[in-house]
Amino acid sequence: MFESVQYWDPAAQFVLFSALKILVVFGVTLVFVSLSVVAERRVSAWIQDRVGPNRVGIPFTNIRFLGLGQMLADGLKFLLKEDFTPNYVRTVYFWLAPAITLIPAFLTLAVIPFGSTLGNPNNRMVIANLNVGILYTFGVVSLGVYGIVLAGYASNSKYPFLGGIRSSAQMISYEIAMGLSVIPIFLLVGSLNLGDVVGYQSGGLHTWLVWKQPLAFFIFLIAAFAETNRLPFDMPESESELIGGYHTEYSSMKFALFFLGEYANMIASCSMMVTLFFGGWTPPWGAEAATTLWAGLGHLACFLVKVIGMMLLFIWVRWMLPRFRYDQLMDLGWRRFIPIALFNILVTAFVVALWQR
Amino acid sequence: MPPLTDLLFYVFAGLTLVCGFLCVANPFSRNPVTSAMFLVLTIVSMAGLFILLHAFFLAAVQILVYAGAVMVLFLFVIMLLDLREEERRRIRTFTLATGALIVMVIVGLLVRVLSGAAPVRQTGPEVEGHTKILGRILLEQYVLPFEVLSLLLLVAMVGVILLSKKDIK
Repeated sequence: MFESVQYWDPAAQFVLFSALKILVVFGVTLVFVSLSVVAERRVSAWIQDRVGPNRVGIPFTNIRFLGLGQMLADGLKFLLKEDFTPNYVRTVYFWLAPAITLIPAFLTLAVIPFGSTLGNPNNRMVIANLNVGILYTFGVVSLGVYGIVLAGYASNSKYPFLGGIRSSAQMISYEIAMGLSVIPIFLLVGSLNLGDVVGYQSGGLHTWLVWKQPLAFFIFLIAAFAETNRLPFDMPESESELIGGYHTEYSSMKFALFFLGEYANMIASCSMMVTLFFGGWTPPWGAEAATTLWAGLGHLACFLVKVIGMMLLFIWVRWMLPRFRYDQLMDLGWRRFIPIALFNILVTAFVVALWQR
Repeated sequence: MPPLTDLLFYVFAGLTLVCGFLCVANPFSRNPVTSAMFLVLTIVSMAGLFILLHAFFLAAVQILVYAGAVMVLFLFVIMLLDLREEERRRIRTFTLATGALIVMVIVGLLVRVLSGAAPVRQTGPEVEGHTKILGRILLEQYVLPFEVLSLLLLVAMVGVILLSKKDIK
């Protein structure tokens, strides 16, 4: 069945493989999202010395399997709850906002090289191998703000509105710090293509960019917490001040879409960090692009393991640190990170210029 | 059947025109937020046109700067000012006439320029996203206008700070 594909014309092959890659990435991300929700609950339980959701397994049996059935239970709960729309909301935007939050999170994954090849060197494991990969990512990420702002506006009540306003200010501020923090990476690599960034780091553990650019990684990591609205920076939905922030008026599946969007964003920024700073799909002992199917699968696994590690870091930080105050957050973004990032760019530019002389 | 790129050109061009029209003269809603959102859609569909011209860098920057940053700030200001009277205001004849005049002048200029220009047959993938070339041109050939522009932005920034802080010691 698979042999006949070789004789198709290249355009048809390209369409087939792209569609397959999109489907697989989409499916894996969705599974990852629900897994990370369970992981979040279990890890938080361990940190707080509780047990956490460990009971739900396969229905009608005694098989619990670490409580992973909780994934399905959570999903069902969201689907079956009453979908209530208050009568004072601006209906069109109220319906659009959750979708607008979710879409950019998935679009970001399109340029991430999640593996080398599966044996065929012409079929690289990235959905869109763009020359301006990183700019595309930042462009799409910046569109994610609209979902939250519109949710705040559409809800037409005080707390969501404040949450929406807060989030737009927060996300724009930290986008600047985030964008400035990755410029040194591209000064070193000399290309905006994410595949080239991974190629630069393919020599093994010591060539990973996190050693050369620890400052850039630090700023990017913290900006990623702010961009994904995670604690310690979850101002847009801080419960003690804003009830639920921008999603106060949302229920059932519409709320679930915000929830999915938050976790999909987390996965996207974790994959981004793995690609930029931790060598992407390359194992710690270095590797060339795979020539066999098994090596290719190994590279995929390597990427997934790194992403899972970063996700655990995100979850760990959430349950360890208290929330910042809003003015402290803005102060940190504008008066600390942006100057540090600019300084980092200057130093790196000087070093690169001297090195090449 | 026309090639896919031609089809996509008509899709994006149509979207740009329709969204642009709905941004300035939406017959269904005079809500400023709706206008701003249609402006975002206009910008995004123009980025689609840039991609069809193989100008990936321009497309990415267009979305990053205009759709992602400038328009969010627009939305921010509109939401904070709460422009209720804008929704009630009707389209005035004077504004309509001035707008039409300006559009006619721009169309005249475009026709003059475009009729004089020779059409480029095929840009092709060889100019694909040449960020390096763009940077070189900006910092070598056009370095003076580029720096003057950045000075202009700095002046605007200082001006805003001066205006917003009335009691500077």
